[in-house]
Amino acid sequence: MLSSIVVEKVSKRYGDHRALAAVELTLTAGSVCALLGPNGAGKSTLLGILSTLVRATAGTVGYLEGDRRRKLDDRLRADIGLLAHSSLCYGELTAVENLEFFATLYGVADGAARARTLLDEVGLDGRARDRAVRTYSRGMVQRLALARALLARPSLLLLDEPFTGLDRGGALALGARLGQAKADGAIVVCVTHDLEAIAGVTDHVAILVGGKLACDERDPAGYSYAALRERYHTHAG
Amino acid sequence: MPGRALPTAPAADAVPASCSAAVGRRTTAPVGTLRLVAAVAGKDLKVELRSREILYTMALFAAVIVVVFSFSFVKDQKALVAAVPGVAWAAVVFAGTIGLGRAFEREREGDTMRALLLSPAPRLAIFAGKTVAIALLVVAVEAVVLPLCLLFFNVDLGAAVLDLVLVLVLGAIGFAIVGTVFAAMLLRIQSRDVLLPVVLYPILVPMIMSGTKATAAILAANDADAWFWIKFLAAYDCVFTIVALWTFEALVIE
Amino acid sequence: MRRILIPLLAACAAAGLAGTLYLVFYVTKLEQNLFFNQKIFYWHVPNWFMLFSMVFLCGGASIGYLVKRDPKWDDVAHAAGELAVLFGAIGLVTGSIWGKAAWGHWWIWELRLTTSLILWLTMLGYALVRRFAGPGSEPLCAGLAIFGMVNVPLVYFAVKLADKLGQASAHPKAKVVAQLDASMKGTFWLSVLTFAAVCALLFLVRIDAIRDARRLRAVRERGLDAGILEP
Repeated sequence: MLSSIVVEKVSKRYGDHRALAAVELTLTAGSVCALLGPNGAGKSTLLGILSTLVRATAGTVGYLEGDRRRKLDDRLRADIGLLAHSSLCYGELTAVENLEFFATLYGVADGAARARTLLDEVGLDGRARDRAVRTYSRGMVQRLALARALLARPSLLLLDEPFTGLDRGGALALGARLGQAKADGAIVVCVTHDLEAIAGVTDHVAILVGGKLACDERDPAGYSYAALRERYHTHAG
Repeated sequence: MPGRALPTAPAADAVPASCSAAVGRRTTAPVGTLRLVAAVAGKDLKVELRSREILYTMALFAAVIVVVFSFSFVKDQKALVAAVPGVAWAAVVFAGTIGLGRAFEREREGDTMRALLLSPAPRLAIFAGKTVAIALLVVAVEAVVLPLCLLFFNVDLGAAVLDLVLVLVLGAIGFAIVGTVFAAMLLRIQSRDVLLPVVLYPILVPMIMSGTKATAAILAANDADAWFWIKFLAAYDCVFTIVALWTFEALVIE
Repeated sequence: MRRILIPLLAACAAAGLAGTLYLVFYVTKLEQNLFFNQKIFYWHVPNWFMLFSMVFLCGGASIGYLVKRDPKWDDVAHAAGELAVLFGAIGLVTGSIWGKAAWGHWWIWELRLTTSLILWLTMLGYALVRRFAGPGSEPLCAGLAIFGMVNVPLVYFAVKLADKLGQASAHPKAKVVAQLDASMKGTFWLSVLTFAAVCALLFLVRIDAIRDARRLRAVRERGLDAGILEP
């Protein structure tokens, strides 16, 4: 179980394009960090680096368990859940089959039961569960992707624009779910443009502009929508 | 104000127990590598069987090659039996390459490759699973090519067909091993569609050579030669399995 | 060191080429079977030596790169791979010319020729990947070189054992080298040394260029990462 993540002067360059420049950031357990910024600021890249899929071209990321630095190996990845732009699920398989497959990969005990429980929790309709995922609407795919991210009870939960495609009720439910993960002690990082949806659970605001960290603020009392909007406009114009 | 209140931790009886399970309590257990390989291979095949897109493409392509090329060897309304090995193996290798490229392409399209790499499953298990799936796809194509060749070239082998099946299966394994390693290495490279055949085919040469020689020997009822080439093909499979396992770990540890 | 070595090698190579040409045409005797045709042998064979040494250098350096992860090994593999393609091409062309003159065919499916052709095609693939694959392709190239190297004995034995028809090898090279007349032997080994000098010269020049390009890229990347340089 991760207690904190330390991003140490991380840079990422794709050929000539510099996506991130010497970013320093600390994330702690039991908090939700809203990672904001204009398009192309490097938010998805930073998320990719945190997920261990993308290699930083400079700097390191420390995954700390108490004082101990964890090794970047297969077992670390079991503690990380990602919800990305794409569904990360197989279109030809049904929701249940997808979750059961990933449950096997993640070594989740009793994958079938866990899959059913999660699908109930994210509100994926009973009949839809046995249809191929490629027949789903955007909102349904989002719900399945969330279930997939939560499958192995990750201590680091990374979400990339999770509120797109969700209706008002879905957005509120997702916000509540993130709050619950935070209460359970997870580290949650959420990239989003939907400030209204993320306000209320956020206690850590990080704003990336042009690959550099323009704002890094914490407030245990949380941030209101107005507060987030104000921070955003100050730093990201 | 909307969204202002921080949601409190849900009361224990309001939410099902497994949902509010503390993050720290892990129910995960280490899963055997073979089980993972089987899971990945099974998933690949399940996905393929649902759409059958790659299967039909490969099979039809192979069938067309067999028809077209065997026709070019026709004389007096009969096709030259000496052409069978070349025609059959050309069809298998070309169709196999298409299937190989398509299989990896499909993972890229849905971004599911990322999902696999993100999981704690060892990279080796993932690619071994893919190798198994591709070997089975190639065997399926061979199941189309073999009867067609026997039909068009008017060949009656009797029990020797089983030897031929063995040759084809060993060839499929060799193709799958070398092909998957190279396709995996090409994952993040641009121009990968063109480069895959360019890098793959020279390495496949000994497999194609021994496969065609074995096929020719079986057709000529030359058992001694046939078994020699079958053993050579098996040796090829072993050698490149070892090389693939060794280089794979080194290539993956970035 | 390089400053002296490269011009020195260039001078040796030039002298060697001129010298061997003179020796080949004016000094060495005519070979008894093939007469004038055989003379191309003095240029043909050393090219094959260079091809095989470059292939094994490339394969060995690739293994070194995968083990040590030091880009210097990759530079060596890169240069060796390109030279393998060059010398292989010259070897194939000269061999083809010789074959036409000696046996009447531009090509024949004989053991050494077939193995060399497959090997050359593998290295050509290697060169193409280097050229078109873009950044981050070093491990792929290393893997390809290693697979190619392992492939050599497999191809060799496949062809050798397939050729059990036992036709007298239309390729008298091996016997000829051992039985060479004293003057021919001298010229032959001088020719080998000359081509080794040419190979070494090209290798040094090429690897310098590769290394400089890589270092320039690395410096630029460090600058971009630190935020000093703007893209």
